[in-house]
Amino acid sequence: MPRNPLAVLPRRGLMLLAILLAVLCALPWLAGDYVLTVLITILYFAFVGQAWNIMMGFAGQLSLGHAIYVGLGAYTAALLYVHFGIGPWIGMLAAIAIAAACGAAIGFLAFRFGVAGVYFAILTIAFAEFARIGFDHLGFLGGSGGLFLPVANYARNDIWNLRGSPMMFYYVMLVLTAAALVLCHLLLESRTGYYWRAIREDEEAARSLGIDTFRYKMLAVVISAGMTAIAGMFFAFYYNNLFPEQVFHVSRSIELILGPIIGGIGTLFGPIIGAFLMTGLSELMQNLLASFGLDVPGARQVFYGACLLGVVLLLPDGVWPWMAARLGLSRPRA
Amino acid sequence: MAAIYVNVAVSGLLTGLVYGLMALGLSVIFGVVRVVNFAHGEMMTIAMYVAIVAFNTLGLDPLVMAVPLAAVLFALGYALQAGLINPFINRPEHSQFILLVALALIIVNVLLIVFGPDARNVQTSYAFDSFALGSLIVDATKLYAAALSLVIAALLFAFFRFAPLGKAIRACADNYTGALVVGLDVKRLYALTFGLGAACVGAAGAVLVLLIDVTPALGPAYTLLAFIIVITGGLGSMPGALLGGVLIGLTEALAGLLFTPSAKSMFSFGLLVLVLLFRPQGLLGKRA
Repeated sequence: MPRNPLAVLPRRGLMLLAILLAVLCALPWLAGDYVLTVLITILYFAFVGQAWNIMMGFAGQLSLGHAIYVGLGAYTAALLYVHFGIGPWIGMLAAIAIAAACGAAIGFLAFRFGVAGVYFAILTIAFAEFARIGFDHLGFLGGSGGLFLPVANYARNDIWNLRGSPMMFYYVMLVLTAAALVLCHLLLESRTGYYWRAIREDEEAARSLGIDTFRYKMLAVVISAGMTAIAGMFFAFYYNNLFPEQVFHVSRSIELILGPIIGGIGTLFGPIIGAFLMTGLSELMQNLLASFGLDVPGARQVFYGACLLGVVLLLPDGVWPWMAARLGLSRPRA
Repeated sequence: MAAIYVNVAVSGLLTGLVYGLMALGLSVIFGVVRVVNFAHGEMMTIAMYVAIVAFNTLGLDPLVMAVPLAAVLFALGYALQAGLINPFINRPEHSQFILLVALALIIVNVLLIVFGPDARNVQTSYAFDSFALGSLIVDATKLYAAALSLVIAALLFAFFRFAPLGKAIRACADNYTGALVVGLDVKRLYALTFGLGAACVGAAGAVLVLLIDVTPALGPAYTLLAFIIVITGGLGSMPGALLGGVLIGLTEALAGLLFTPSAKSMFSFGLLVLVLLFRPQGLLGKRA
């Protein structure tokens, strides 16, 4: 295993990564408000996509209910802030703990009772839906009427309380996304990462080699859930309102897995590329429609569907592996 | 006091039979093709909108439309399997899932673009008819809907039990390689099976139009409902799908009465979680 975790990337890859990072750091100063909000959305999806990818891409466990972790994270951080005045960064720790515990509970039940594959995917949807309807009926959490955060004062940026301008949110999300990339890279190249990939490829074989598959699958769910909760915290403080019908909805779960699927499941850059493609192209299309004076409510989703269909038919491994090969970045298979 | 519970239970049971027919389609497809149709409810909403348009423009009763709609959806299902899904048979589960989710997304939102988000329904002349048996009052529409669903389900059972083609399909489900060896055209039989599953959904959709208001968002909700039913009954088991449908129909009706109607699906999801954990093969399913 390489000592320097970045050593596995070819030099050209490192250079491209540095350029990308520099561009992303400089962009808010060049771009207008609209582009900035689109960029925040892209980074948000890159981050949650990265989190989901740990479970599906690394460990091979298909979760279709990740909205539950976004929702739990968002509600925990928001409630602590609204009712107890506890800042988002402390609240985030509570959010991570709660989402990770929830992930552990779902994982424990599923893996102990041998629920796998499609059944596992449906179990995750069931839990997310259960939470959605449950939160709808919990009055002290705002119920279906929603939970609102005091609206940000844009006059000055308060990082500690996450109240401020879109520019601040952009840099917060950029740091989070970069941290997620580094974390995923470290995980993937660690012993755990190799175990995960063994489980993904063939669980029986992994177990017969002495890997405690239950333990490592649990680890994947817990880490993925905890990371997703951070995104939930960001979601709550960025949008300032939470409705169970929105945060916990199945379509949220589907939306957040589009990036990694399109970018390339199990790759480090797939979720990032995927988020850029999905959000970027769909915004472009939306603007194009708007320029013709059209406002078509379902158009974005039809576009998502078409993208998914295209990728699964033409580039089943996703866009990134294809792109990496073109850019000469693919690592020779060991 | 007890009368209201019996009334609600009977109503839930009748609705459950229609749910059962819908879920039967999912179960047949999974049992044979081993592909989980994540666009199941969405396909049903297509049938529902066609039924509504046929009723509003041509005055065709949805009960009559059930048969032609089954045929239309059969063709759609056949084409889908033959054209798109067959090449995915040996792909990993998540690829198949992405394919069908993509289709589902497209269907829901094309319906949204064409018909708008507003709920639509049909007003039949017998909408408010009912039969009284002592203190038991049975809604006529629900009774017709349930009876028709049972008939169609029975036809499907008979087809798989007695028709040579049905037997051939069962052979594919039993042993893929064996079916190939004896010279069955497995790809065509798969397409046929997907068509039959879609036909169930077409008929169920036509009938359900009588019972509920239709919106494009119904698609994902009914896909989930079909999953719950089929997993409760046993994925791949035909009687299981009907039993699951009735159970979920009853659960929803009683939960709506005892708690609040908006929380009713929470109980279905609760039931699903319990079944997945304690009897993952479903009530009537066989251990894989």
